[in-house]
Formats: sequence, structure tokens, C-alpha cells
Amino acid sequence: MCRIGAIKSKEFFHPSKALHLMLPQQEGHDNSGFAMVMQDLAGVFSRHKDKPLLSLACSQRGAKMVEDYMETNNFTPIQEWIPRGVRGKKLDIAAMPYYIFRNYEYPEHYRDASWEEKEELLLSTRLALRILLEEAGEGFVYSFWPDVLTLKEIGDPADIATYFRLWENNGDLMAKNVVVQCRQNTNYDIVRYAAHPFFLQGYTLCANGENTFYTKNKEYQKSLHRGYIGFESDSQNFLYTMHYVLHELKWPIKYYKHVITPLPFEEISVRDDRAELTAIRQSLGHLEINGPNTIIAMLPDGNMVTCCDSKKLRPVVVGGDGTTVAIASEVCGINAILPERDQALDIYPNEREVVVIDAALEVKRWKQ
Amino acid sequence: METVRTQDVTVNDLPWKIEYARERCTMCGSCTAACSFQAIQPAMERRSVTISTGHQPEPSERHQARPVIRQVDSVANACTGCGMCEKICPNKAIRPVRNPDSRHALVARSGGQPLKRGGRTNLQAGRTLDKIVVGRISQMTDPALDSERHTFDIVAPFGRVLGPKELPFTAQGGELHLSDKTPPVNWIYPVIFSDMSIGALSTRAWEAIALATAYLNERCNMPVRMCSGEGGMPVKLLESEQLKYMILQIASGHFGWNRIIKAMPRMKVDPAGILIKIGQGAKPGDGGLLPAAKVAEHIQAIRGVPKADLMSPPNHQGLYSIEESVQKMHLSLNAAFKFRVPVAIKCAASATSVSVYNNLMRDPYRICGGFFIDGIQGGTGAANEVSLDHTGHPVVSKLRECYLSAVKQGRQGQIPLWAGGGVGLTGNAAADALKMICLGANGIFMGKILIQLMGCVGNENGRCNSCNTGKCPAGICTQDPRLAKRLNVDLAARNIVNYMLALDSELKKLMAPIGNSSLPVGRSDALVSTEQAIADKLAIQYVC
Ligand code: SF4
Ligand code: SF4
Repeated sequence: MCRIGAIKSKEFFHPSKALHLMLPQQEGHDNSGFAMVMQDLAGVFSRHKDKPLLSLACSQRGAKMVEDYMETNNFTPIQEWIPRGVRGKKLDIAAMPYYIFRNYEYPEHYRDASWEEKEELLLSTRLALRILLEEAGEGFVYSFWPDVLTLKEIGDPADIATYFRLWENNGDLMAKNVVVQCRQNTNYDIVRYAAHPFFLQGYTLCANGENTFYTKNKEYQKSLHRGYIGFESDSQNFLYTMHYVLHELKWPIKYYKHVITPLPFEEISVRDDRAELTAIRQSLGHLEINGPNTIIAMLPDGNMVTCCDSKKLRPVVVGGDGTTVAIASEVCGINAILPERDQALDIYPNEREVVVIDAALEVKRWKQ
Repeated sequence: METVRTQDVTVNDLPWKIEYARERCTMCGSCTAACSFQAIQPAMERRSVTISTGHQPEPSERHQARPVIRQVDSVANACTGCGMCEKICPNKAIRPVRNPDSRHALVARSGGQPLKRGGRTNLQAGRTLDKIVVGRISQMTDPALDSERHTFDIVAPFGRVLGPKELPFTAQGGELHLSDKTPPVNWIYPVIFSDMSIGALSTRAWEAIALATAYLNERCNMPVRMCSGEGGMPVKLLESEQLKYMILQIASGHFGWNRIIKAMPRMKVDPAGILIKIGQGAKPGDGGLLPAAKVAEHIQAIRGVPKADLMSPPNHQGLYSIEESVQKMHLSLNAAFKFRVPVAIKCAASATSVSVYNNLMRDPYRICGGFFIDGIQGGTGAANEVSLDHTGHPVVSKLRECYLSAVKQGRQGQIPLWAGGGVGLTGNAAADALKMICLGANGIFMGKILIQLMGCVGNENGRCNSCNTGKCPAGICTQDPRLAKRLNVDLAARNIVNYMLALDSELKKLMAPIGNSSLPVGRSDALVSTEQAIADKLAIQYVC
């Protein structure tokens, strides 16, 4: 079973905070990996926040292939940050030769394009790079998006942190939002892509638990959008549905929960909005999610979201101190990073609840 | 010997022989009265008896005329093995015994007529559904649910479901509002009482099913729907509140529609749906037949016909293509109920089921509210034996193909799939239903098991199977008032209700271990098969 977490702060913080959030929850994960998505970056990336940032792990040949592809497609590199791994020590990590985080300038003819066009371009580019690297077996590309950095690695999270020098805050890597997980996916093949969080066009999501409707979700999602690929984990379904509901259908956030864990028909029938809820339930039945699970998601605007399965079979807790809010599977994680907060104000969302934390760290919660 | 022709039919040529113990028989006459086929009759036999009346044994032999019960040696009165005589005999003096050396298949065609038969399945060796098991059991990370305590949402759609992007939503202040009409969809129990007409069944049997349906809805919170079958229904019911539990059927004979149309202005509620029957699985391509023997007076009234064989042609005459014809029918039917009632169609499973389904999914009017496919393993009624035995298509793989075809197009669920034909054949309808649902059905329909629950004694091995004769010994498939009277309506309804309550619990018992509180439509990963060919065909896991 996974443990998941996320931190949102008014101030930039270092990813070591995310590790401190996760490690006390260690009993719940098997130390098989570490992955995080950072958004709203500072440090080395503070100057080019509007330029897409490519996150990848690859071999030397893979790096060259990516460079060639980007050049052929008129992306010009602006700056890059390549973490120097701590080698020599005996660390439990299956590191790739290179981790590259590189900002690009949009191709000339895209500079005046609309945001929608740019979004499509960024997605197409990432998908193309993924196919390129996958076919050659030379690497993995996790995200290509402005102001978003993704790191995924197989191994012991503490060792991975040592390798990437994540324990030391030298100011290089800072963000206001981090979503994190310390475990490799175990449902299917152990591959780097399978580690949560997953990312698509500004939407980030990780999940703790199971999705017993994986097959039916997958079969449906495959035809919905070209970005819905991979399916290395049943948790990807949550992300794709979120993307579909918010980005494709452009529905308000509260309907996400109505799609993944619809109310029973009996409850719907006595509500004022029964016509809408019934229509949603019947048209999006194949996106429904069954099984025990909790999700934590981050939206393009940095808002963080959490909700649970309809039976509340997996835990989650939200706690904050005014400057920082953290979401975690276990309260011990939040205690580790926000020991001074008023614990009485912690929120344990229930099976019908959606919790959203906005930029002002205001916590909104509502019943489905 | 010369007075007996060797071609004469004897009891030994018939499928069942009567075993009769004269010494136990008191000649009460119960058996001959009970035998609706007149397969037995009283007769006089000259018997040799040995008696001794004195103080000393002095046996002497004489001949005596004795009354006996004798089997009639004619095809028309062949014993069907129904066992009513045995059931009723107070002295256990009589019973039917299967005759393995029967020449029935040969002698019964001597009238120049094809053999007809009702109430049993086709010649089938083994069922696919029995070679599939629910294999993905949640345990540690993915806990099974408690079937007794958790709530389960066991309902299925009947009606056209729009794709998410077709929903007429407008967003206002963080809320979505439906700004236009959507096609009607009724959410009902995923088991429909299949279409058996009020002519095929006795009025009492039909009433028992209707009663069970109403009871399940009103007392048991199970929104089960019953399909009327072709031929209409009593006006009283058409004009009652209970009409909302009924799916009205229109088949190619259009029997009974006159009455339905006439009753429309007085209908208090809408029916649950309309089912247009194009074909059925048990005798595909054969159309419907209600033999004249069963066209009683009240049937003539309901259907508006004289006493004669009533045939529904094997197709809807005047229809030209799937698109055009189905649209036409749907449009007119939808218009009749002002687009408030979902309309579905039912076809026999066949090699072309997928093409039909694909066509329906492209229907630009978004008007087809369900695709019912019917496999060969079901069926009552009167079918030519040759069609029943040698035509048709099993439904499981066809259902799966239709579902997967919808998956390919991203349209799964838009036209709900309902499948039937042999569901519950082994008595376990819940297991059959769940497997069909996992393979992609939204729900199933079942008919024959209802008859069995009401007390039908027929079986798959040629016991009784006389539903076509109008002589149903259980009073289920007959219009003879004396025979129909044998059926206890309340008891029959109670049996159906009890079975459905059990089925509901069993469905939960099957949904719980796979961790699903709503119907696992298309959750094929929950199923496994121990037979490679079946696993491959249905795209499920092979296990051994
Ligand atoms: S078994 Fe049925 S058909 Fe045969 S003699 Fe007895 S009652 Fe008549
Ligand atoms: S008992 Fe009636 S319903 Fe059953 S097989 Fe015989 S005739 Fe048909």
C-alpha cells in the first residue's frame, strides 16, 4: 500500500521537507522508490517560469536523441540543471546515467500562439520523446511543462535523496508545491513510469490504494484522449479522469468526485440537482472508480485537492500552520514537518468530501 | 398377427412408457383425470387369475375381466413424462419411465408436419458460462466488501445514454445545469423478466409474474421490470399505476398494439420502456407462433384476432435496412410516447450481431435505448424442433464482441447491452448474470427460469416440453381454463419473489469479493477461464 503526501506553502521550500513528510510514514511503504512533482519553482528555475521545463532520466545516447529531436522541432534550450549524483557510496538506487531538467524556448512560430495551442504542442512533444526513448530503450521523459519539475527513481527513498543531495538545501531546488510518493508501483511491471505522481498537462496526481475498475477505466480512457497512454498503474486512471473532467469537459472541480465515486441512485433521486447528477453518472459510468483509495492532486493553478473512495477505506489527513499546508496518508508525516500547528484543526476528509487548498492556503471543503 | 401391421405405432415407439402396478391400483381415476395429454385411459383386460377360497389351498385358475389403466399407443397422445399421474396417484401405482429405444423422432413426423416442441433448450453440450469463474478476489490491499453490511447499487440503464461531450450542460457559478432534454433512461434492476406473451403463458401464469414484479418493486425495493411479450396486455393493467413496471413489446405481428394505442389516452403512467422484437434466440429466424389450440377467447379479444394459428413473421415486413427501418420504428414509437419512454430492440444473437450494434451506435437520432441479444439456450413457446435444435447462436461471445466493439469506439455504455438466452439454466441466475455483466452486459433478461419457478416440470432432456400443445399439465403454458386453474397464482408469484431475493443476495455475494459496490460492467479482469479457447475468445485470463 502506498503512502502519499503533498505540501503547499506560501513560501518557497526545499524538497527535503517532502522527504521529512514521507519518511515517518515509512512503515507503509516498501522503500522501493521515490517520485515527486514540484510546481511553482524557485532557485535555478526562477528566471524562466514561463518556459517549458523538460524532466527526463536517460542514457548518454538518449540525451543526444532528445537534443536532436528538440533541435529539429525548433525548441531552443535556455538553461539546464543536471544534478550531480553522489557516486561511490553504497546506495540503494537504480540510477540512470543522466537526469536532465532543461528549460526551452518555444519554437519561433509558436511564440504568439494561444495557450491552448501551446498546451497541445507540449503534450505532443513529450509523447513523441517518450516513444523515441522507449523504442530505443534509452530513457524516460516525465514532464514537459512550464514551471513543473518531475523526478522519479527506483530504490530506497533516503538513499535516493542522498544521491540527489536532497538533504542539503543549497537553494538550487525550491518550490511552493510538491506532491510526493515513496514507493514503486507494484500492481504491474516495476518501471520508472509507474511511480506516482503522474502528470499530464498541468495536472498531477498520486493515489494510495486500488482501483478495481482499472480495466474498464482503461478501456474507456484509451479512446478519450491521445495523452491517456501508458497505464502502468491503476492510479493513472484517476489522473486521466481528472484531466478529462476539468480540462476536456471543463466542468467545475466538484464534479470530479461525482464522476469517480458517484452517489448511489437512491441519494441522487432526492436531490435538487438529480437531473445533472444522473446524467453524469450514466454518461461517465466507465470512469467510475471502485475500490479503496485516496488521491492527492495538484491542479495547473497550484491548487491541491484530496478525496477518498466512497467507503472511506483509505485514510488521509490535512493539516496546516498558516504558512504551509500538508496532506498525507498518515498524521505522523504532518507532525514531522508541522509540529507546532494546532492539531485540533486537522481535517480528516470523509468519503463524500472534497478538500481543495488554494493559493492563499484557504481550505475549502464540501460534501459531494 | 395379420390384423396388426408392423408399421403400427406402439407404446414402445414413444419416448415415455407407463409403468403400471395393477395390484396397487384402486381404480380411483385420478391419473387419467390428471393427464392433460390423454396418454392413459381406463381399459378392460381379460386376465387370468389364480384363486383359492377353501380352508385348504386349492388354487384354481380362471379368467376375469378387470379394469386397468393403459397407455394410449398414438403419437398424438404420447406420454410426455410429466409425471402428473405419479404425483396424484394415492397408491404409487403408476409412473412414466423414459424409453431409450423410442422411435419418436421418426413416427412423430408421419403427419407430414415438422416436429414442434416447447419449453427446453437446444441441443447443447456444456455452457460457456459454466467454464468461467470469478477469479479476481480482493484480499489484502484491496479489501473485499461485506456483502451483508455494505450498500450496493444494483441498477442498470434502459435507454440511450449520451457520451459525456454530448451532454447539454452549461456551467454557472461552479454548477452544471442541463440546458436541454436528454433521451429518457430508466435505471432498473439488471434482471428483466423476459418477454413471454399473455398468449403463450396462461393468463394466471402471466399474472403471477406481473404480481411478483409489482411485489418486488413495492415491497422489496428491487426495481425489476417485466416485458409484456408480444400480444398486448389487459386494458386494466395498461391503465393502472403498475404499467410503470412493464416494458411493452412490439414484434413483427404487432399483436395487441391496437389496444395499447387505444389505451394511451387513459394511461396514468408511462411504461418502463418499449422493446421491439426483431428476433429471438431460441428459434431465430422463425418468427413467433401461437398455435390455434392456445388462442382462447380472451386472447382473441386482447389481440383482436380470430381463433387461428397466430404467426409473427420472422422479420418486420416492409423494413429495408437496419438504419432506415429501425429509425422508422423508433421514431414513431418515441413519438407516440412523446420521447419519454426509452425504446430498445431485441435481436437473436447471430454472426451479424456486431454489425447491427455498430449501426445502432451510429444512429444519429440517439434514439435506440438498448440492444438486447438473445442466445439459443433459452426459449419456450412453440418452435419447429429442427430450428430449435439446429439454428442459433450462443450469446456469450456475441455479447463480448459487441461490448469490445463499443470499447474500440469509446462508446461503451451508450447503447446499453442486455443479454439473455439460457441465463439461469443451471438454476444459478445470479452467477450467470454477474459473469455476463463482467463481460460487458448492462443487464440480463431471463424467462424460462420463471416458468420453472412457477412449477414447470419440463427439462432439458425432453421431459414434458409441451408448451406448444396447450395442454401444459402445470397450468403455465395453456389457455385451457381447467388446466390453468391448476396453477396457484400466489404460490407461483411467491416462488419468483423468493428466488429474486436470493438472487439479489447472491449478486452481492459475488460483487463483494471483487470489491465492487456498483455493477462491474465490463470488468473482465474479474473473470478467469480454465479453458484456453474460451479465455482467448473472450479476452479474459486463462488459468489452470
Ligand atoms: S406422465 Fe404425464 S403424460 Fe404421461 S401418463 Fe402420466 S400424466 Fe399423462
Ligand atoms: S409443464 Fe407446462 S410449461 Fe413446463 S414444459 Fe410442460 S407444458 Fe411447458
